[in-house]
Amino acid sequence: MSGTNDSGPCTGGPDEPARRGGPGRGLRLWFAPQRVREEGDTPDYRFSLANERTFLAWIRTALALIGGGFAVDQFLPHLAWGVRAGLALALLAAGVLCALRAVNHWVRCERAMRRGEDLPVSRFPVLLSLAVAVVAVAMVVVVLFGWEGR
Amino acid sequence: MTGGARDPGLQPERTRLAWRRTTLSFTVVALLALRQVLRAGLGAAGTVALALGLLAWLGFLRVAHRRVGGMGAAEPAPLMVRHALAAAVCTVVLAVCAAVMLF
Repeated sequence: MSGTNDSGPCTGGPDEPARRGGPGRGLRLWFAPQRVREEGDTPDYRFSLANERTFLAWIRTALALIGGGFAVDQFLPHLAWGVRAGLALALLAAGVLCALRAVNHWVRCERAMRRGEDLPVSRFPVLLSLAVAVVAVAMVVVVLFGWEGR
Repeated sequence: MTGGARDPGLQPERTRLAWRRTTLSFTVVALLALRQVLRAGLGAAGTVALALGLLAWLGFLRVAHRRVGGMGAAEPAPLMVRHALAAAVCTVVLAVCAAVMLF
């Protein structure tokens, strides 16, 4: 129940199979959840909860992008259908990526904390902000100049 | 940390509220999906997409409910991978439903 003493004596030597693995390892962890528990020591529960809140914040970001996709379609009815669908699909795709990446990053952070390694760095936030900026500029241009198209 | 002691940083409470916020966001987007289908008329594809989206919403509610229930412990256990995965999958399903509703 307390979550801080279920790891037992296995701190994991270098020959432990769970230590090996390349870039595909994070993906495999998604579908073999018990393996996360096997590695390293259980971190302080507060760190796990902080990681969980970060995960939820990314899920909310994904939900906001999906909501933006709906909003483009519902609240800009005068745009040409192609433009509207394109913008909406771009936002929805960003939302999907964001949700998938949220799980991936959460798993990687959790694993790094168990092993006592540095937390993973990521360029996803930069890419996402650039994508959102591009969509925003496109939307401004479209709303200002493309209002006539039906 | 001794069991039963309150965390001075209120971490479980903050995590519980984070789940609540996320559930609320999910509900807003699900309502947007409902509005989308009501506006466009109930086509076959739209109805199926809406049903799937509502299922995703229920699935997310379930995960969130269980997790919030687990936050009552003094030192909550870490989030399970399958619950995190389920939350993300529900979000992705909602996005796919949204894409279907565009057409």
